[in-house]
Amino acid sequence: MTKKLPLYIILTLMAAAMLYPLLWLIGASFKSNDEIFSSVWFMPDSFGLSVYRKAWKTVTPYTMGHYFMNTFMIVVPKVLLTCISSVLVAYGFARFDFPLKRLCFGMLMAGMFMPAVVTVMPMYLLWNKAGLLDTYVPLIAPSAFAAEGMFVFMLIQFFRRVPKEFDEAARIDGCGTLRTLFYVLLPCIRPAVVSVAVFTFLWTMNDFLQPLIMIHSVEKYPLSLALRLSVDSTGQGYEQCRIIAMSVIGLIPSVAVFSLAQKHFISGITAGGITG
Amino acid sequence: MKKRTYGNPVGVSRYTGLLLILPFIAGFLLFTLYPFVCSFAVGLTEYDGIRPAKFVGLENYRTMFRDRTFRKSLTVTLRYAAILVPLKLTVSLLTALLLNAEIRGIGFYRTALYIPSVLGANLAVVIMWNYLFTSGGLVNQLLDLMGASPVSWYGDPDRALFVIILLRLWEFGSTMVIFLAALRDIPRDLCDAAKVDGCGRVRTFFSVTLPQLRGVIFVNLILQTIAALQEFNAPYMLTGGGPLKSTYTVGMLIYDEMFRYDMNAGYANAVSWVLFAMISAIVGIMFAVSGRRGRDGR
Repeated sequence: MTKKLPLYIILTLMAAAMLYPLLWLIGASFKSNDEIFSSVWFMPDSFGLSVYRKAWKTVTPYTMGHYFMNTFMIVVPKVLLTCISSVLVAYGFARFDFPLKRLCFGMLMAGMFMPAVVTVMPMYLLWNKAGLLDTYVPLIAPSAFAAEGMFVFMLIQFFRRVPKEFDEAARIDGCGTLRTLFYVLLPCIRPAVVSVAVFTFLWTMNDFLQPLIMIHSVEKYPLSLALRLSVDSTGQGYEQCRIIAMSVIGLIPSVAVFSLAQKHFISGITAGGITG
Repeated sequence: MKKRTYGNPVGVSRYTGLLLILPFIAGFLLFTLYPFVCSFAVGLTEYDGIRPAKFVGLENYRTMFRDRTFRKSLTVTLRYAAILVPLKLTVSLLTALLLNAEIRGIGFYRTALYIPSVLGANLAVVIMWNYLFTSGGLVNQLLDLMGASPVSWYGDPDRALFVIILLRLWEFGSTMVIFLAALRDIPRDLCDAAKVDGCGRVRTFFSVTLPQLRGVIFVNLILQTIAALQEFNAPYMLTGGGPLKSTYTVGMLIYDEMFRYDMNAGYANAVSWVLFAMISAIVGIMFAVSGRRGRDGR
């Protein structure tokens, strides 16, 4: 035990330094401006929920509930489509041999390393021509085409760990290609699919550049843009705690999903080597 | 011509796999290849999104190298990546080594150090960062408590860049997890054998652990470099590129040209192609160097 003590001390100090800003953020949401800028201790003098009621109303024409709904209208289809398309594509790569397979795999790798900087502007021009700017289509559509090569790559690794005898047994029992996937293979790789879903959720919640470019009317803003609008439209003298409370509310879905899925998906990351 | 045989089970057409990955092929053509080609084409024109594009050849590229703002942003971006990437990889690797210990409660520490990277890019976190470093913010209060004088974080060119680097460093968890996974894959006997042969801890790390991690270090290096060279969110929200353009990354320049002022699509796309070429060159050099090292080492 005593030998481990230095390790515990180092880890505790690191964890404290990393997490204190978040703790401070929560505390600061209950503080007055004076208190925020005069005390380093995260604990506020008093807790009053009225700030959260005000924060929920926001300084924009809509409530946070409205922006949450907008966000989920993007997130939910994205998660579903990403899972379905990535699983199908990974299944094809992992279990079947076909013409031009190596070329296609090369395309998968190329897509993973392609900087978004190059693709985002032509896509803007294209969606503009299609008259689909200021809708959620540009944000959601790529998900239907397994656009996140990283996920496909991770799922392939998982498929490869399932013995091929499983497929053969299913085939002998009369399962076709898709039934084999859904009834036999999918249950085996569930942790990986959960990871794909969770990461899609978190990345979409965090995404800022895409909505900033594609969505223009405040009515359709997702949470991230609403937060920015609130920051921009309030000045120095303004009650900072309201902005901070909005930020805290904005972080809740990500923290909740991460905590719920943590058990499943830590194994997914560690096995597939995927990154946040 | 030699006829290829396909290693599929009996009764499975060689087109089944192709059919399954069809969405990916369509998506690749539409969302990767098309914009890639289109970006280059637009980069050769003068285009404001309304009037028809006018072909100007390499004029945009010529303008770019005369443009002082562009040169400045290139320096900023390279400097930012050159500081952030090695720093982040080192911190991630060292932390992963600590977190690889089998002690009680290690799961808590793993989660605690990983969480910031999960929330990392969320705008709420960027807003939080802004409060930490404003003139009366938490960091300055702490400095005050320790008897140091408060610092104007956003007023000084070097410090503003430092604040952004620190934000990205705070999110080291994602790289750390990859290192951790790789560390756990190293067979224990290797380290045990090294111990029997009389290696100390430091020696074991450099002679056994590090060579085993080479592949993962390389992957992390490339992913982080690509991400850092495209940085946009943090400077956009925290500093607006200032002061004196000291945090004005190429990513911000592209955004400004395209969306902030009158749309200058031709120039923006030309700049993005230069950035792309630069990223490819840097990644290519990394591949070449690591390939040679790999051959010499083995």
